[in-house]
Amino acid sequence: MKFTNYLKDIHNVSIYPVFSLILFTAVFVGVVLYTFGSDKKKMQGHANIPMK
Amino acid sequence: MTQAEKFYYDNKSVKLFGIATLFWGVVGMLVGVLIAFQLAYPSLNFGIPYTSFGRLRPIHTNAVIFAFVGNAVFGGAYYILQRVLKTRMYSDLLSKIHFWGWQLIIVFGALTLALGYTTGKEYAELEWPLDILITIIWLVFGVNMFGTILKRRERHLYVAIWFFIGTWVTVAMLHIVNSFELPFTWLKSYSLYAGVQDALVQWWYGHNAVAFFLTTPFLGLMYYFVPKAAERPIYSYRWSIIHFWALIFIYIWAGPHHLLYTALPGWAQALGTVFSIMLILPSWGGMLNGLFTLRGAWDKVREDPILKMFVVALTAYGMATFEGPMLSLKNVNAISHYTDWTIAHVHVGALGFNGFLIFGMLYWLIPRMWGTTLYSKKLANTHFLIGTLGILLYAIPLYWAGFSQSLMWKKFTESGQLQYQFLETVTHVVPMYVLRALGGTLYLCGTILAVYNLRKTMLAGTFIANEAAEGIALRDQPMPKGKHHWHSVIERKPIRLLIFSLVAVSIGGMVEMMPTFLIDNNVPTIAAVKPYTPLELQGRDIYVREGCYTCHSQMIRPFRDEEARYGEYSKAGEFIYDHPFQWGSKRTGPDLQRIGGKYPDSWHYRHMNDPEEISDGSIMPPYPWLLEDDLDTTNTPKKIRAMQKLGVPYPKDYDKIANRELREQAERIAENLRKDKIKADSRKEIIAVIAYLQRLGIDIKQDKTAQK
Repeated sequence: MKFTNYLKDIHNVSIYPVFSLILFTAVFVGVVLYTFGSDKKKMQGHANIPMK
Repeated sequence: MTQAEKFYYDNKSVKLFGIATLFWGVVGMLVGVLIAFQLAYPSLNFGIPYTSFGRLRPIHTNAVIFAFVGNAVFGGAYYILQRVLKTRMYSDLLSKIHFWGWQLIIVFGALTLALGYTTGKEYAELEWPLDILITIIWLVFGVNMFGTILKRRERHLYVAIWFFIGTWVTVAMLHIVNSFELPFTWLKSYSLYAGVQDALVQWWYGHNAVAFFLTTPFLGLMYYFVPKAAERPIYSYRWSIIHFWALIFIYIWAGPHHLLYTALPGWAQALGTVFSIMLILPSWGGMLNGLFTLRGAWDKVREDPILKMFVVALTAYGMATFEGPMLSLKNVNAISHYTDWTIAHVHVGALGFNGFLIFGMLYWLIPRMWGTTLYSKKLANTHFLIGTLGILLYAIPLYWAGFSQSLMWKKFTESGQLQYQFLETVTHVVPMYVLRALGGTLYLCGTILAVYNLRKTMLAGTFIANEAAEGIALRDQPMPKGKHHWHSVIERKPIRLLIFSLVAVSIGGMVEMMPTFLIDNNVPTIAAVKPYTPLELQGRDIYVREGCYTCHSQMIRPFRDEEARYGEYSKAGEFIYDHPFQWGSKRTGPDLQRIGGKYPDSWHYRHMNDPEEISDGSIMPPYPWLLEDDLDTTNTPKKIRAMQKLGVPYPKDYDKIANRELREQAERIAENLRKDKIKADSRKEIIAVIAYLQRLGIDIKQDKTAQK
């Protein structure tokens, strides 16, 4: 069976955006946790790169 | 003990891109001002093809987007990359190829568009040889950028670089996917996609061209130049990380908000709306991050024209990114779409955000590269003042025009008739068009002041082509100790950052487009809809060539007023042979999807020759050359074969008899015209245009008549 035929058989196409929204939320939460959990000095160091 | 290495920054590439930015800025804005006046005074079309609105408008949009903004992005990126990576650009030769290749694209683009070689897809009008050249030059830029990143002396990639990487990978993807086309001559091609699919791909591209050519690289510029000008680091580096990921992930989804109430599947429209609303958060996060960087420096803003420009740029960014999601709400979109509201919205972003950020950047950069100070702060302040007034004078009348158009289009009398003829809604907004043109002129004057001021600055200083710097090689720098979070790893691994960015932007595009491409019932076919005859196909190509889509839509939305004015609402299945789709995005003139059979052939003949003769007060340009120029039928077989390859069901060997059928149909139209006392020649281009216009919407009408 061709790949396209698998997709043709998908009835509930709304699963695509739902899946993506979940994925986005997961990545977003991950990035937020990382940024706000990371060392303040390190972040300040990164922010200062253009000022060197 | 580790020793700092001496090296030199390449300022020459930055200088070339900077000068090109100013030059193309003036050219692009000059064309913009001309077409703005053409909308009020149609005689300014001069009755010749090369200066008609339909051909100049794509030149204006391409010039300001790809020439003015493009050169600014490259110049800014080349300056920033070297400074935050502590190294010279990877290759001077690639920098040169990049610069001259890009200018070549711009010049050829302007020439081909003036000659009528266009794909007919907004902001992607350049034909296939130039599409290939764009891909090559973009690749050169990418190699040069990644080469520079790889030989850097700074371990961490500053957030501005992330935005440049995100821009590069996404623009590459958008350009390649949207440019799939089948060439049939050296300068002409048909889009590989048709109708709804073409619309979806095009607006996925069109929206994200705004997102990833006009926004993300500018955020990269903002994250460098605002801290530099304010002499303090960015307010929150944490925000910038969240800003980057949230923005690139969400932006790519929002394309379908350009196609609300169209024949696009409902689920795709809803998806576009939801993600457009979500966009407010990262956009405003970024804007506030920029503005908060000025904390404690607001006293400087009073004095410094550069900071003033940055503040207005960020404010315009905030306004445009709030308004954009609002316009994607279906009830607001029902009012705003196809009106001048959209044009006002776009120009707040373009003139305010892009324009002012560019000028602020150039006012900051050029004195430093020439080792001097700005020639005249007073002139820069004057530029800021008249530029700001220009934006206001441009945008306010157009908002007014947009509301007026929409309200007038939708107004019914008590007896249930449409209150206004379309032409009345046009003549009503002409005074607003004059004001808009004056606003544009004011903005252009500001730009000319900037050119003068910056030229004098250059003359007062000495250009530093190779700027000395020093830094410690990465191999001599100790790795940070401790356990590394996955994100801090990708922050210093450009290829991984590129891959993650590509994944983030690919998801939205794939989810939106794959079902439409692969699931049959998304685009139901209509048995009555037949391929265009050879003459109609030729007429359609002339319609595309003249840029008719810049003023006319071919998409009737399911509203009472639109059905009353134009006829039955559009169905997805009606466009399956449209390579490219011609739905348009603005109604300076009325919708044409069901124009077929509405007027006699002679009406179209006279109207194209002189619109004002038929419709008093019309602002449509005249097209007298269509009555004089012979239709080129030598390429008809090629066109038919190309369409067959794209899946249009013409009979086998139809290309061999296509011109015979074309001549027969042309003769019938010429005969009709003669009956109305018009001495028409069946070989002229106007005959093909009439054939095409008279075909529009006919399939469905005939089907209904047959069913009765």
